[in-house]
Amino acid sequence: MSFPWSKEYTPSHPLMVWLDEKLPLPRLVYGAVGGGYEVPRNLNYMWNFGFLAGLCLMIQIVTGVVLAMHYGGDTKVAFDSTEHIMRDVNWGWMLRYGHANGASAFFVVVYAHIFRGFYYGSYKAPREMIWLLGVVIFLLMMATAFMGYVLPWGQMSFWGAQVITGLFSAIPLVGDPLREWLLGGFSPDNATLNRFFSLHFLLPFVILGVVILHVWALHIPGSSNPTGVEVKSESDTVPFFPYFVGKDGWTIGLFMLIYSAFVFFMPNALGHPDNYIPANPMQTPAHIVPEWYFWPFYAILRAFTVDFLIVPAKLMGVLAMFAAILVWFFLPWLDRSPVRSANYRPLYRKFFWVLVLDVAVLAYCGGAPAEEPFVMISQIASLYYFLHFFVIVPVVSSIERPDPLPYSITEAVLGTDESAKLDGNG
Amino acid sequence: MIRIFSILIGAFFSLALLLAFGTGAYSYITEPPAKTAEARFHLKPEHLDLPSNGWFGKYDKAQLQRGFKVYSEVCAACHSIKHVAFRDLKALGYNEAQVKTIAAKFTVTAKDPLTGEVKDRPGVPADRFPTVAYAGKGVPPDLSLITKARHGGGGYVHSLLTGYADPATYKNAAGEALPKENQPGDGLYFNPYFANLNLSMPAPITSEGQVTYDDGTKATVEQMSKDVSAFLVWTAEPELEKRHQTGAWWMGFLLFATVLAYMSYRNIWADKKGH
Repeated sequence: MSFPWSKEYTPSHPLMVWLDEKLPLPRLVYGAVGGGYEVPRNLNYMWNFGFLAGLCLMIQIVTGVVLAMHYGGDTKVAFDSTEHIMRDVNWGWMLRYGHANGASAFFVVVYAHIFRGFYYGSYKAPREMIWLLGVVIFLLMMATAFMGYVLPWGQMSFWGAQVITGLFSAIPLVGDPLREWLLGGFSPDNATLNRFFSLHFLLPFVILGVVILHVWALHIPGSSNPTGVEVKSESDTVPFFPYFVGKDGWTIGLFMLIYSAFVFFMPNALGHPDNYIPANPMQTPAHIVPEWYFWPFYAILRAFTVDFLIVPAKLMGVLAMFAAILVWFFLPWLDRSPVRSANYRPLYRKFFWVLVLDVAVLAYCGGAPAEEPFVMISQIASLYYFLHFFVIVPVVSSIERPDPLPYSITEAVLGTDESAKLDGNG
Repeated sequence: MIRIFSILIGAFFSLALLLAFGTGAYSYITEPPAKTAEARFHLKPEHLDLPSNGWFGKYDKAQLQRGFKVYSEVCAACHSIKHVAFRDLKALGYNEAQVKTIAAKFTVTAKDPLTGEVKDRPGVPADRFPTVAYAGKGVPPDLSLITKARHGGGGYVHSLLTGYADPATYKNAAGEALPKENQPGDGLYFNPYFANLNLSMPAPITSEGQVTYDDGTKATVEQMSKDVSAFLVWTAEPELEKRHQTGAWWMGFLLFATVLAYMSYRNIWADKKGH
């Protein structure tokens, strides 16, 4: 991105001049994360999660690649090789706990990043493409995390694979053959584990590719900001380096402190004990639950308990679960309000907080056993979820009367903007 | 147009959910779900105070040795700890010679390095604990990971070992007696800490002095149950001490680095008003 005041990269050292002609890598870095990238000066801490998500992806790739050097993707050895990593591989326990808790940390950060988008309308023009790519990343993350959880071949690994691939059998006509094709058999077995290992290794690099597109698309219009008012003049921005390198830098420390507390002091707090029992196809666990980051969607899946019109209950649940995420793709066109930030949208802001609460309730119900009253609660919570995205967002954006916006980012930060006065209509 | 479609789709899912909720609520009111016997009688494991608990927890080697003795003399008859190697026992404070002696007491099946023939031989420190052949009823689980594989960890093992009760006279907190259909069947034993209340394992630690401790500690049922629970926490998490130590150093470094990074952040932004 370049505003008229963005600085051009001018190499001074002869070596850099030479390099700039052959491969302008320093120019790319300078323009993307250096002094040449102008960023709104008023970004709050909610804007740190993108950088942290990138850090999480790196942690997962590095720990994951080393884990793969010691892991055996065969049902006969998968569980034992995981224990071999924990006991015999030097620092293996740290790699594995780091990877397992790294997945949770990645989702925490990404959920914060997504809800930042909901609140501040980050998906709105001209940033639709960033948002669409972001939803693609999230879907890839879900697939990757799911397959990764299968690899230790514990009880939850096996039964999780059984339940999730079972969802495909709900599809009319092709469901059962499709499921068998995905599993490579009639139930999860060696073929399943092998392909999941292969894909679990591949997908993070696909994610990395889409992340590059996501960041590239970001650099066209530049970051949005808490006011939602576009950048107007140089006083609205600061260069990424050193200002946001400094800000992201210290929040990396904060993030690492919290993440490390889990890795070193409560590494199994977010996991399920049953996954330390080797997979046993003959014994179903009392409650099959996915990892916590899938709980809201798992609750939606299980909320559809009766057939509707001609659609069987199971298929309704599957459709609803996918629709719950796919609707995010349409958000830029469902929300027609010209005001981006919920700070200036009093009505939408209330519904946003109801949504936050609603997703928390869904998460709780998704982790609870499929018994009453949790099923009824998740039905009500799912109802709000669908009303929120499919009905409330479009309707509110048409009827709402937003609060007055500041003239510029500068005015929002400093209380006054000289250029507004010159304009004569601030 | 897209918004009309959206509202229609939203209505579709909402109506399905309302119908599901209505059906569920109707049957919830007309036929309230009865609490299962498991829900009424199953007890959550009690918390067990172990020196390895907490962020700075360490193992008590004397306790682990006592626990190992209980495991060897009581549990090992049916339960293996196949993920643990004899060499790992050094962490309990045994020296090389002691580990060799312990290993040699076990028979392991392995390839003869000279002939390639698979045969039985005495264990060596590099071997893992052999699997245990069990012919009776039920499937005794391997205990290497048992404290990580159950809610409550060491507390679960301790509660289970000390929680056996007489099903004929047992009353739960609400004063209810165990229903007939939940009475233990043939070869099963009642224990409220076990998920479905009855298990194939009879109470393994029953009398004081069942194990003679080398360090002179009085071998009460409580003491033996506690020690073996501590030992099984170790078999599941042999890395715990190193993890806690590394974690403390690492957190200290991170805290220092974060404070420095925060101060440089404040320094960098000092010239920007309104921040």
